[in-house]
Amino acid sequence: MQVPSHVEYEKAKSVEHALELLTRFGPEARVLAGGHSLIPMMKLRLAQPETLIDINGISGLSRITVADGELRIGALVRHGQLLASAVAAGHFPVLRDAEQVIADPIVRNWGTIGGSLCQADPSEDLSAAFGALRAIAVIQGRDGSRRVPVREFHLGPYETVVAPAELLTELRVPIAGDGSGSAYEKVSRRVGDWSIAAAGAVLTLSSDGTVTEAGIGLAAVGAGHFVSTAAEDFLRGQPATDAVFGQAGQVAAEHCQPAADQRGPVDYKRHLTGELTTRALRRAAIRVRARAGGQTV
Amino acid sequence: MTVNGTEYTRDVEPRMLLIHFIRDELELTGSHWGCDTSNCGACVLWLDGTPLKSCTALAAMANGRDIRTVEGLERGGELDPVQQGFIACHGLQCGFCTPGMLMTARWLIDHHPHPTEAEIREAISGQICRCTGYENIVRSVRWAAEHPSGAAS
Repeated sequence: MQVPSHVEYEKAKSVEHALELLTRFGPEARVLAGGHSLIPMMKLRLAQPETLIDINGISGLSRITVADGELRIGALVRHGQLLASAVAAGHFPVLRDAEQVIADPIVRNWGTIGGSLCQADPSEDLSAAFGALRAIAVIQGRDGSRRVPVREFHLGPYETVVAPAELLTELRVPIAGDGSGSAYEKVSRRVGDWSIAAAGAVLTLSSDGTVTEAGIGLAAVGAGHFVSTAAEDFLRGQPATDAVFGQAGQVAAEHCQPAADQRGPVDYKRHLTGELTTRALRRAAIRVRARAGGQTV
Repeated sequence: MTVNGTEYTRDVEPRMLLIHFIRDELELTGSHWGCDTSNCGACVLWLDGTPLKSCTALAAMANGRDIRTVEGLERGGELDPVQQGFIACHGLQCGFCTPGMLMTARWLIDHHPHPTEAEIREAISGQICRCTGYENIVRSVRWAAEHPSGAAS
């Protein structure tokens, strides 16, 4: 039988209350949101917090809204909620693509967006998707809030810039214009499993089909901050053709650092990285063109 | 918390998992305790109307909230159409995964009264059955969708 070891439990009523509790209980306290990463880790003694601060009762962190030219996703938004959000998918189909392949429907009912980001698992899909989108994380402390690019959010495996007395409250994604499209591609051993490799692509194209900006997110393959800046640099200024996307995939594959594990050897993961990056770019470009023609794909 | 319409108040250790609270404290043993790793779905019940793998939640997280378990499916001595469907279509052999399957099936049909086969398979994709090969479970769920009032319809 797997049960967590002894732990204290506090229910936060508001963001301010959560910050007060986090300050009072110190660095051995952990925020409990959906619990779908933390509780399994506590069962295995990979995490042994002294106190859990349950934030599920905080209202106002579960909304998906658009304001000031940004898509805003509350940290307590559940995966299933983001998957079902027409607003989120309308602006950034990469989010729906990624959510469709995260865990399973029941886990998606309760696991949260903020929890996934803060868990900072190297195979976590949303870190790659939000990295590709150049999203901003809003982190609240007792003295105010700060905005941190998702590309600077992770310090390493299972480690983020969120300090012990801070709370991630929101993800914000600047809304791009009509010439943009995005997609996510993942290969896993079976439905609901972590990625063997995954790639997200965000493209902005000029009217003549030149790539003006690109975001490439990679999960599970040891890409620094879940992105491939080398592939992005390669793409900028290039024509949006399948040949170029193929080359960009190769660049992404060369610059990532996968580790061999039970999900596969290094060369296989590198191959997948290239292929999935290329596929995601192709699909993102198709979406840009469809959008220009008033369609959704 | 309220479970199947009955209010319960208990003092529990913070580390107690919801599945153990339901089974050991309330003695509602219909919900099964399976893999313990949120993979198998034998422990699925509803928390505030949404299916949850209850081995991956603390009992304390359900404080003040509403739970429905497989024991809460039947109404007035009449089995729920999903239960009837599993009987009619042989949706179980050993029965271990069945309570979780039933709770997910009920939720699916409540939200999508005419699910396609693909939607049924997607809905139960986080649940494991080692007996039926899933074919009969899918048939059972479809039977329930086609018989919203049970065998009488």
